[in-house]
Order: sequence, then structure tokens, then C-alpha cells
Amino acid sequence: MNDRFAFTIDGVEVQGRPGQTIMQAADEAGIYIPRLCSHKELAPHGSCRVCTVLVNGRPQTACTQPAGPGIIVENSSEALLAIRCNLIEMLFIEGNHFCMFCEKSGNCELQALAYRFGIMAPKYPYLFPTRELDASHPDIFIDRNRCILCGRCVRASRDLDGKNVFQFVGRGPRKRIAVNAKTALADTDAARADKAVSACPVGAILRKRVGYGIPIGQRMYDAAPIGSDIEAARAHPHK
Amino acid sequence: MTKHTAGQRIVIEPVTRVEGHGKVTILLDEHRKVKHARLHIVEFRGFERFIQGRPFWEVPVLVQRLCGICPVSHHLAAAKAMDRIVGGEKLTPTAEKVRRLMHYGQFFQSHALHFFHLVSPDLLFGFDADPAIRNVIGVAKKFPELAVQGVMMRKYGQEIIRITAGKKIHGTGAVPGGVNKNVSIEERDFLRKDLDQMVAWSRAALKLCKDYTVEHLEELAPFGSFDSNHLALVREDGAMDLYHGNLRAIDAAGKKIFDQVDYQNYAEYIAEEVRPWSYMKFPFIKSLGPAKGWYRVGPLARVNVCDCIDTPEAEAARKEFMAVTKGAPNNISMAYHWTRMIELLHSIEKIKELLHDPDLQGEDLVVKGARRSETVGLIEAPRGTLFHHYKVDDNDQVVMANLIVSTTNNNEPMNRAVTKVAEDHLSGVTITEGLLNRIEVAIRAYDPCLSCATHALGAMPLVVELRAHTGELVDRRVQA
Ligand code: SF4
Ligand code: NI
Repeated sequence: MNDRFAFTIDGVEVQGRPGQTIMQAADEAGIYIPRLCSHKELAPHGSCRVCTVLVNGRPQTACTQPAGPGIIVENSSEALLAIRCNLIEMLFIEGNHFCMFCEKSGNCELQALAYRFGIMAPKYPYLFPTRELDASHPDIFIDRNRCILCGRCVRASRDLDGKNVFQFVGRGPRKRIAVNAKTALADTDAARADKAVSACPVGAILRKRVGYGIPIGQRMYDAAPIGSDIEAARAHPHK
Repeated sequence: MTKHTAGQRIVIEPVTRVEGHGKVTILLDEHRKVKHARLHIVEFRGFERFIQGRPFWEVPVLVQRLCGICPVSHHLAAAKAMDRIVGGEKLTPTAEKVRRLMHYGQFFQSHALHFFHLVSPDLLFGFDADPAIRNVIGVAKKFPELAVQGVMMRKYGQEIIRITAGKKIHGTGAVPGGVNKNVSIEERDFLRKDLDQMVAWSRAALKLCKDYTVEHLEELAPFGSFDSNHLALVREDGAMDLYHGNLRAIDAAGKKIFDQVDYQNYAEYIAEEVRPWSYMKFPFIKSLGPAKGWYRVGPLARVNVCDCIDTPEAEAARKEFMAVTKGAPNNISMAYHWTRMIELLHSIEKIKELLHDPDLQGEDLVVKGARRSETVGLIEAPRGTLFHHYKVDDNDQVVMANLIVSTTNNNEPMNRAVTKVAEDHLSGVTITEGLLNRIEVAIRAYDPCLSCATHALGAMPLVVELRAHTGELVDRRVQA
């Protein structure tokens, strides 16, 4: 069976299979396309736009766009890099992200992307929004200051936990993550082991009382930048 | 594609750094004599509100934002408080020793930095030397080995912090009920390498300070000096203990005001007075009232208050120091430097002890027990007793925080020191360079934490204003 097809990413020939997104094919080929709202176990969402690539010259989100024979994908031009940096910076200024004391530091995908892109300090002013905490649940803590509205918790709760604990409410700048209960998270059937909790890429949904348990140096992104695991596959192709 | 630079960590930190500078106003009476002098410190006060609602386990890391010079002290004071929230205040031997190592590392680097960068220029060049020379660059030019020692000692302390807390600044080592890592054999051996050198340099720094003080005692004894009470933690046997103990307060003659007070009850013994002209409060011993109850904290207070020090060289140094005042408390402001160096030596002796203790490699890191909702964490920070007091609700959120930082404890003493210098050295109605220098030297004895940035650069911007009894500005002078 040879239904594989070839296309290129930044001039490198890559094999794709029917039904694969550009991101999936790139992952298999050991090429990292930066991402935030995308998660291996979840249906693609295409909302954060960090994975924007040029497909035959047109911007597309790599997490939703199918791969196809002969397409020409650009993933690492200066222009794309600038777009991604801008998106990441916007996420920083729109929320209240204090990496210095956040317990997600070192394991946070947003921070890890900022490091990978060498973002020193955002060029836009911080908005310092007022966001609500929800500490009502005995085992889970919600800190909306750090929510980047990626929707992973919504999808994970619905599709993996079968619960529907989270939903978005409001529009535009007032859009926020809410819980499907009259008052607070304590009134939902959310549980400590839910995938919705572990799927959050930032420190917005946390398991209580375990923060800072992993010493600096042993956290997810201490040793190598985000995406290195994917790129390692390219360094050692398993053909 | 990426611009990731290996090893280089960036900080995304939107909150502006705590700003600080010292401002002194000297008020004259109708006869143009000094009525009083006031030291104004811009203190970061938003913190108690900022911390509302935060989860309790975040606090030991969060509080490090309070200060760029003594973050480890805040980290440990808050961790000690949160130990009690999780019922884990009886730490495992490994956890307590790793924390102590971190703490002594912080003492070592803080005292070394203060002495070599800020104090040695005053001692080596004299108070009246041109500030253009009387600084750390001047020391580096004229006494290069000394400047190198200062840098290396500071670095050594920072390495201890890095190993125990994970990072030189804003680490995470202490968690409620324990620590998140032990010290590996490799890490221990790495720190053991320079140990003897550090001990030797500490001895030399102590000697320099002691000889200087003894030699200039006549001049130094009255300089910015006054009688006061003294407060510090002591161990149950009365020995100095920088990490943990009970509160003891003595008066200027050495009489105990209270002793072995469980600091959970500190609020029954200590209160804070608010004065309209200062953001910084004025703590005092309740039984004596605000007028008589203010006290000193920090190295001088600790050496005065304790019965002994449990490391041999520092204990010998303490005895020598106490001999100067024939065993009575020493109330000389400038004696802070000598005592700071006694503590420097004590810290490195303790570090040596710990680096030869196999408990550092233990695996048992965290303990938990019955939950509590209110807690106090106290520690002797390099600048003095540091109080952290919190209430945590059933949802794990902080609902109340009250901090009394070391520099606040020394608020009244610093005002007294400045007043004394103004009384003794102000002649006429102009602020001379000599007066400005002397005010600076007196404040520096207390090593106040005015601003992390300026402290680190080795200079404290100081503004001195002279006002007539009518309030009219008579003179103003700035030391950059
Ligand atoms: S809470 Fe976390 S997972 Fe949910 S939308 Fe916000 S950032 Fe994404
Ligand atoms: Ni400080």
C-alpha cells in the first residue's frame, strides 16, 4: 500500500498520508510547528493561530489544514516568526502572566514558546485585566489571570472526560472560560484526575497543593526548548 | 527557525521593580538646633493586598517579589508559615538541613556583599573621603584582592542558593512541609571545594572589621549611637539561631523583657505604630508602649541577645566582642559591622557543618499533618527578624497577610541614628558634604533594604533636606 505523498516544508521533502493535517505530517517528519491550542489527544481547534504557516503562499493554520501532494509549506520565514512572536506577546499582555512565581513555570507552554522565540519583554503595554479566581473545588484551582482561551479544557472535558465541565462565555475582550454550574467549579463533577485539568497549557487550571513540587532543572522545558521532542525524531529518523 | 539561546533564561515580568531611595529631613527648632531627623523610605505596601486570594502553596515563591536582595529570607519565612498550614512544621531532618543550608548561604552572600561593596569603602578610605573614591570601584583599584574576595564570597553564597533553591534568584526549594529537592553528592562536593578558602576569607573580614572598630572605638562609640532594646530569635538553650527559635527581647542594660516567646503569639508582644509622615510602620514592644518599646534587630541585636553561638570560631569572636562592653549589651550603631562579620563567620561554619552531614542526601523531603488556618512564620533574615503572618481559608486561599520586615523593625533605630548624627555634626544651617557622608554611613550600619537595584549597584541615592521650624526648606543636598 503506497498512498503516501510528498510535499515540502521549508524546502525539505516530507511524506504525508491522506487525512493527515500539515502539523501531523510535520510532527512525523521531525519538523516542529509551534502551537498552543492544539493538543495531540484533542480535535483541532485552529483558534490560537500560533501554528500559522504559508501553504502555497497563503496563511493557514497547520493544525487544521490537510496535507496534500506537492503543496509547498513555509514554516520558518522571518515573516512567520514575527507573526508568531506577536501572537505570543499579545497573549502575555492580555492576561496577568507572572512567570516568576507561577507554579506552571518550566512546564508552561506559553512561557516555553516565549523562550523558544527569544521574547525578552513584550513591546506592547500590559493590559492588567481583572480576572476571577475559582478556588471552590477541593482539588482544582482556576486562575483566569493566566487563561489564554485555547479551549483545550472545553474539548478535553467534553471529548475525553465525557463531562462538559467548561465552556466559553462572553465575546471579544469579555470572553472567558466558565464552568457549567450555577456558581462555581465545586458544583460541577470535575475531578482531580480529569484530562481537562492536565490539558491546560498554562497555569490557569491547576491541581491544588502540588505546585513547585518538581525542582527547577527537572521541569518539562528546563533542559530543552519546547518542540525539541518532535525535532529529535528528525535527528534520529526511525525509517 | 528559532532564536532560542541555550542556557539563557528570560524573565517576563510586568511588575515594576520595587523602587527605593532614602530621604532624610532634618527639622530645626526656633533656636536652629536639631529637633529631630526623619528617614523616609519608600516602601512597597501593595503586597498584603496583592496576595489576597492567592493559593497558600504559591506564597513562598510569590513573596520573593518583595525584595531583590533578601528573597530567600522571604521565601523561607513564608515557607515556615505554610508548613503550619499543612501541619508539616516538624520537618524531616533532610528538609530542615537543606533549608538551613539555603538560609546560611543567603546570610553569607548578603553579609559579604554588604561588607565588601558598601562598608569597606567607608572603613578603608574614611568617612570624609570623596564619594567618587569611597566606593566599591575605589576599593577594587586600591585593594584589588579584597574586591575579588567580596565577589567570590558573594558568588559562593549564590551557588548555595542555586543548589538548594534551583535558581540564584526566585528559586522554589522550600515548599509547604519541606523542600522539593535534596543536595546530591556532586552538588555537595562542588560546594566543599571552596569551603576552606571561604572560611579563611571570612576570618580575615572579621579581623579587619574588629581591628578597625577597636582602633577607632573612641570616634565610633558615640557615632549615631543611642541606647535601645534588642530583639531576636534564640534557641531554647539561648544560643543564636538564625533559622528558628523563640523570641527574646532585652533592654539596653541586658535585662530580659521577655524570653522564649512562641512567635505564633507575637501579636501579644509586638505592635506597630503608624505615624502620619511615614509609610513605614514603627514596631514596638507592647508592654513598654511606643515611646519606650522600640527595639533594634539584626546582627548587633542578635549578638547582644543570645547567650552563646554554637560554632567555635564565631563564639570566640562573640566573646571578644562582648568583652568590649564587659558583657553588657553593645549599643554602638557602628558595632553592627563587627557583629555582621561574626555572623558571616558563623554562617560559613554552619555551612561547613551541613556540607559534612549525610542528612543532606536524604530522600524524605516533605511531611504533612493536621491542617491549620492561621499561621506565623518567623526567621532571622540578614537584616533582622522577619515576620510573616497569614490566614488561609478552607478553599486554600490567603485571606489575610501581615508582614513586618527587618528594615521596618529597625525603623525607629535608624531615625535615632540619623538624629544623633545630625545633632552632633550639623553646624549652622548648611548640609555639608561631611554631614551627608556621616548620615549615609550611619544608615548603612543598619543595612536597610531600601532598594534592591541601588543596593546591588553599591550606592544608595540619598537626599537630605534641612527645614526650619516654620517648615521652610533651608538647605538640600543629594548624594547620588
Ligand atoms: S483554562 Fe487553560 S485550557 Fe482552558 S481555555 Fe484557558 S488556557 Fe485553555
Ligand atoms: Ni529586602
